[in-house]
Amino acid sequence: MTQHAAILPILIPFVAALLQLAAKGYGIAAQRAIGLAATLLGVAATLWLVLLADDGMVRVYALGDWAAPFGIVLAVDRLAAIMVLLTAVLSAAALLYASAGFDAQGRHFHPLFQLQLVGLQGAFLTGDLFNLFVFFEVMLLASYVLLAHGGGLVRTRAGLAYVALNLAGSALFLIALGMLYGTLGTLNLADVALRLQSSEIDVASARLACILLVAVFALKAALLPLSFWLPHAYAAAGAPVAALFVIMTKVGIVSILRVQAIAFAPAAATADLLDGWLLPLALATVLFAAIGALAAPRLRDLTAWLVLASAGTLLVAPVFSQANVTAAALYYLIQSTFVAVALFLIAERVAVRRGVAADAFQPGPRIHAPWLGLAFLLTAASAVGLPPFAGFLGKLMLLTAVRDSSSAAAIWSVLLFAGLLLMLVLAKGGGRLFWERSPSHPHGSTHPAGWCRSLAVALLVSPALLLVLFAGPVSDYAARAAAQLHDPQAYVAAVLGKQEIARETRP
Amino acid sequence: MEALLAIAIGLLTACGVFLLLRARTFPLILGLTLLSYAVNLFLFASGRLRMNAPPLIRDGAAYTDPLPQALVLTAIVIGFGMTAYLVMLSLRALSESGDDHVDAKEKL
Repeated sequence: MTQHAAILPILIPFVAALLQLAAKGYGIAAQRAIGLAATLLGVAATLWLVLLADDGMVRVYALGDWAAPFGIVLAVDRLAAIMVLLTAVLSAAALLYASAGFDAQGRHFHPLFQLQLVGLQGAFLTGDLFNLFVFFEVMLLASYVLLAHGGGLVRTRAGLAYVALNLAGSALFLIALGMLYGTLGTLNLADVALRLQSSEIDVASARLACILLVAVFALKAALLPLSFWLPHAYAAAGAPVAALFVIMTKVGIVSILRVQAIAFAPAAATADLLDGWLLPLALATVLFAAIGALAAPRLRDLTAWLVLASAGTLLVAPVFSQANVTAAALYYLIQSTFVAVALFLIAERVAVRRGVAADAFQPGPRIHAPWLGLAFLLTAASAVGLPPFAGFLGKLMLLTAVRDSSSAAAIWSVLLFAGLLLMLVLAKGGGRLFWERSPSHPHGSTHPAGWCRSLAVALLVSPALLLVLFAGPVSDYAARAAAQLHDPQAYVAAVLGKQEIARETRP
Repeated sequence: MEALLAIAIGLLTACGVFLLLRARTFPLILGLTLLSYAVNLFLFASGRLRMNAPPLIRDGAAYTDPLPQALVLTAIVIGFGMTAYLVMLSLRALSESGDDHVDAKEKL
């Protein structure tokens, strides 16, 4: 059983999606039950994987028992285990929230949700670049439909732009993979790492292929010149869907971290591939997001800009390719994901409570929900990095980790200045939403949110405090994960084994 | 042979990108389709072009690289599904706004 642990996070949602399609005749209640059971099972399975992965071994799962580099493998190290656990927990909360009524606003929500999970988990686990492309597409195809879930021209339009952009991105991904295969003769990540170190490759083509690959990941991670799609698409999506989308940007970031640490950094041909351009762009993304947040008309738009700001902050990590920076970035990634997801759900609750005023930053009717205000305060304070919340710790770790580098001054000033801007925006916006009243506005719904929604929001808000209380174990695990990620020899040895790979010489 | 293929890929890409930049849904779909044709040809060529060689392993014969063919097949299937969805989405946008512009406003 233990050797099959690696495939469980992919298999569970896949089987659930099939069961849900089969159970369509029994109504949405059956689909909900299957979905919630599957996500809970997913949390248990990924938690097990996190514990298993902590022995420091890279677990390699050869699909169909075809050995790498010829077969497709899943490779589970601590980083992959953390990411699948994070995805499983967030998806459980998002599904719980969606089960309170959002799922009934359109067709096939539940199977698509599970299929998107398949894509997300697969993208974190796979050790093969073409397989990564396939999981990206599974994830994107489900996300295209989920984005349009709930209907309305706004979502259709946002969907159209999002789909077109990502199809162009997929074309670029395939071109990158074609070039990589044409130059190196392999698409297995560990084998790519080995081949990049050999002296007989065409360095220029290899570098071009690698940089194209990074560009595709940067599109998913929303690095500045490629980030204009994000606020539009995320703000248009329904709250539980936006919650899943938050993890999609993390897929791009983790992919960049992984290819940089395992394949690019150890090879002389590509060691300087990210130098000089990624850091300015990442910092520019943070500034761009902060300025965008200043102009955000609604809480959900503001949250989308916050996602972009945290993506920019996280993209500082691959530039350094050092274990301590990556460890800090991992902690930051975990807390910023929870915060963004929680804010999307809170924005929707606020919008429902305020009726026509929705979550726009304008005076509106009174919100009879002190818990909602408290949840907003907690997440907003954590999002901008105020002590004593997890956001503060994350930012502190990241800033401390980069302290000795030559670019420390730029990183410190940009991150702190952007944090100040975001704090002003959130303080002003929160004041508008919760305190400023206009008697002329009709009341929104005063119905209680129901236990599903309340529990989901509580689950997502509590990490802002829990991640502080358990900061020791979490950051230790992140540090071990980072150390393992930056030891590419162990990864390559685990995936490829000791045997010599027979290669055909090609013209 | 190489030159011919390179020109074909280049032409398809150029037309695809040109159509992609038009802000109407039908040219957009055509552009993405042309782009995916170009990408498929490119993937196919990444295993090197070889004339009169068997597609599968045969003893003693120099065979063509089978992996790009598998990759192209996967890419075609995925691209087909995506295009089908994009067509449906465009039709929905058209019916909701009465306009095929990608940034169409609400129907009055």
